[in-house]
Amino acid sequence: MLFNIPWNLSSNWTFAWSILPILLIGLEVTIKATIFGFLLALILGLPLALLRAVPFRIISWPTAVLIEFIRDTPLLVQVYFVYYVLPDYGLIFSAFLTGTIALGIQYSAYTAEVYRAGLEAIPQGQWEAAKALSLQTRRIYRDIVIPQAIPRIVPAMGNYLISIIKDTPILSAVTVLEVLNVAKIIGDRTFRYLIPLSMVGGLFLILTVISSVLVRYIERRLPKEGIPLK
Amino acid sequence: MKQKPIARFEKVLKKFGDNVVLNEFDFEVYPGEKVVLMGPSGSGKTTVLRILMTLEDIQDGVVYIEEELLWHEQKHGKRVAASNAHLRKMRKKVGMVFQLFNLFPNMSVLRNITEAPIHVLKIPRKEAIKRAEDLLEMVGMTAQKNMHPAQLSGGQQQRVAIARALAMRPKIILFDEPTSALDPEMVGSVLDVMRKLADEHDLTMLVVTHEMGFAQDVADRVCMFDHGRIIEAGTPQEIFTTPKEERTRQFLNSVINREDTVTAPTVQPDRDK
Ligand SMILES: Nc1ncnc2c1ncn2[C@@H]1O[C@H](COP(=O)(O)OP(=O)(O)OP(=O)(O)O)[C@@H](O)[C@H]1O
Ligand SMILES: [Mg+2]
Repeated sequence: MLFNIPWNLSSNWTFAWSILPILLIGLEVTIKATIFGFLLALILGLPLALLRAVPFRIISWPTAVLIEFIRDTPLLVQVYFVYYVLPDYGLIFSAFLTGTIALGIQYSAYTAEVYRAGLEAIPQGQWEAAKALSLQTRRIYRDIVIPQAIPRIVPAMGNYLISIIKDTPILSAVTVLEVLNVAKIIGDRTFRYLIPLSMVGGLFLILTVISSVLVRYIERRLPKEGIPLK
Repeated sequence: MKQKPIARFEKVLKKFGDNVVLNEFDFEVYPGEKVVLMGPSGSGKTTVLRILMTLEDIQDGVVYIEEELLWHEQKHGKRVAASNAHLRKMRKKVGMVFQLFNLFPNMSVLRNITEAPIHVLKIPRKEAIKRAEDLLEMVGMTAQKNMHPAQLSGGQQQRVAIARALAMRPKIILFDEPTSALDPEMVGSVLDVMRKLADEHDLTMLVVTHEMGFAQDVADRVCMFDHGRIIEAGTPQEIFTTPKEERTRQFLNSVINREDTVTAPTVQPDRDK
């Protein structure tokens, strides 16, 4: 009895409690889409940044156009594109993969810019000193450039992580049952929208807060002016 | 000193766009020699060092290091532009100490010094560390070996940078105004290390500096630079006390006047903030 009838707060709480498990399933999809989309953006952004920086116009210019194109078209267009157009060319992905790939592509254009800025922030003198020591390019990137670029890159990447979280509802456009879509379906079936939608808002808030705490934690653990924490 | 030169410029042309910095430039440095380059700003001193360090290419003429072409190589009897492999091989003979130190801020002092010996010269880690520790002792930085560059003063950073360059055992070591970015009270410690180097090691040193006291003590030869040419060269005695050229006299006066007013602001060392 104690469980089923929470006194005069009555049905709202029961309702909320009863839909929570379904919403959490939706939340899991949201989290997965965020993680995969973010990882994809991190991975795709690096070659884009490097190709963009190649000193040959024939490579750097098309890359620049591609990056600009991705940035300037709405995410939804990319989602539809991957979902409806690519199957015509034999590339068929599940709705979830479609959405995640589109997220990853969209954000790779932003992460490319972050990588580029991070690399360009390395002073010329670092390259020259490394060259004067005859260090090979690969070694220079590995031991000098990347370790110095990472602390500059992490904060911006953290912002994009949070952005991606908030963009995941767009996957509902291709039938993915992420958390907002689930809430909307619950609303449609029960004609009670306030509670599921409020809960989704709350869940997103929790997600973004946890993410920013995590990002800030990582930021704090990174070396300051090259000095590692212990 | 009638040996073969360790570094030699022959009719070198260097320009940046239309700006001709070196033209028909001839210059030699002999093994074990300590040469000081002086001259007004923009006269091309840094450019000479950067060409030797392969940080700046040349448009005409040739440069030799130990009688071997630096910017060219012989292929099928023809002289062609040097390949990356050739440049990489030649570069190991030369070391450089920069005005702004350019230590790697993400590495400890010790690792700054061992990085290249381990990965370029393939010296076993233990041995590289041992050598680095010896060098740190020589430059008086043993206590700071586990610190990071941002925790050191400019003078300390420059001493580490000297140790880092020496760890590669270069045939010739280049110094580009190594004390000009330092607070006045730090200059002495760096010059002391360089004096010690000049005494202890049978090392060839090519130093761009306006520190006349240092040049007086250490230099075998002082070269006065102006507009990409050496207008006058000789022992410190000759250059400082009986300069022949009017331009030399003017320049030395300007340096001495600058030294009298030490309050002149110094360039802040780049700490890679
Ligand atoms: N990367 C570059 N691009 C264009 N011009 C350059 C470059 N580096 C040097 N120069 C020009 O070459 C000339 C010689 O410069 P350099 O740095 O060798 O002079 P310097 O004698 O070392 O002067 P300073 O005492 O100011 O260091 C100057 O006119 C300078 O403007
Ligand atoms: Mg200079």
